[in-house]
Amino acid sequence: MASLDQPTALERFINGILPENPVYRQLLGMCPTLAVTNSMQAAMTMAGATAFVLISANTITSLIRNVLKPHLRILVFTLTIATFVTIADRFLAAYMYEMSKQLGPYVPLIIVNCVIVGRCEVCGSRQPVHVAFSDGVGQSIGFALALASIASVRELLGSGTWFGLPVLPASWPAWVIMLLPPGAFLTLGALMGVVNWYQARRAATAK
Amino acid sequence: MDHLISLMLIAISAALINNFVLYYFVGICPFLGVSRRIDTAFGMGLAVTFVISIAATLSWTFTYFILSPGAPLSTWAWRALGGSPDTVVDLSVLNYLVYIFVIASSVQFVEMYVRKFFPALYKSFGVFLPLITTNCAILFGCLMVMKHIGPDAAEPWGLDSALVLALAAGLGFTIAITLMAGIREELDLADVPPSLRGAGITLLVAGIMAMAFMGFTGVDRGLAAALAH
Repeated sequence: MASLDQPTALERFINGILPENPVYRQLLGMCPTLAVTNSMQAAMTMAGATAFVLISANTITSLIRNVLKPHLRILVFTLTIATFVTIADRFLAAYMYEMSKQLGPYVPLIIVNCVIVGRCEVCGSRQPVHVAFSDGVGQSIGFALALASIASVRELLGSGTWFGLPVLPASWPAWVIMLLPPGAFLTLGALMGVVNWYQARRAATAK
Repeated sequence: MDHLISLMLIAISAALINNFVLYYFVGICPFLGVSRRIDTAFGMGLAVTFVISIAATLSWTFTYFILSPGAPLSTWAWRALGGSPDTVVDLSVLNYLVYIFVIASSVQFVEMYVRKFFPALYKSFGVFLPLITTNCAILFGCLMVMKHIGPDAAEPWGLDSALVLALAAGLGFTIAITLMAGIREELDLADVPPSLRGAGITLLVAGIMAMAFMGFTGVDRGLAAALAH
């Protein structure tokens, strides 16, 4: 029983990638965005783990949306998410031990990633399963793109590599500050400015 | 004396050197969202400090007595149920579920308590109180406590260490968010490029603040060396 004003599955999917990008447009999920983006490998592992949790939690929420009590819903969301995060965490520790060490506490911190609770609340608890699933996929792609954009800048400038492969010449003076915490804030701030500037210019030409 | 020094090092490290916001990037959402005015920012800092102390105390208790490998209560229950005495009872797979449950329910209790006994304070906190549940800083505090309990920990923490960590982390969060609010109140008068207004300029300012806080690196070691003499 999809009401008329609710977006369809395709709209949800496309919206998640750019128009409602979780990081640049909704300003959600900032902790992992800043914390694990000093190398592409870490960023992509994080994006994968988040995608798994987001899609699963959104689908499950959508399946149980009719038995959900309104005042308990946030608690149910967080417990569902925590279960999937535990699965992802154990999986990473078993098959990608080094990466799981590097990501450290940021894997369990996916539980409180506002993107996931936000999607469960906005989409999962209101719309049928296929819409919730495609919404999860779209938002995950948008999140992965955002992480990739920040991690590319930081890894290129900070160590001259991309995915661990050398890109810039060895004479490149690695900007260590880009790998350290301040670099994360500066990169995200600058990229946010670029995205807003592009958006404003496009809106101006469309007029 | 040694114990006091180690407590002090935990406190300095959590509040300044490894500031939760500027070093670990946890609690960024309120840091960006609730830092427009100094008084609300300060209130948010106090609320986070309060909840993180409760959550750290509870999660230390649960981890130490029930969840960590070979914890006394769960081992006792296993034996009482007729389990073999050689098994190491390890419930740490439940850690995250228990922590998030503890945080959500303690936020709920704090909200009810404050509403009943301090109505004025409740009004000024407004929507921030329930939002603290999804504040990563709280869960991160619990996770740091978890890392220091159990057989893998190099120096197991007592409840006092956990509480000191929580208070200092809350203090560090309050310092960071209040400083940021002070800067943003001035920024309102500045001529910021339109595309950077809002989150963009806040993040750039946070980057510069993080650089400033990097200046604290090594303070703890220097202090420990000075106190040892």
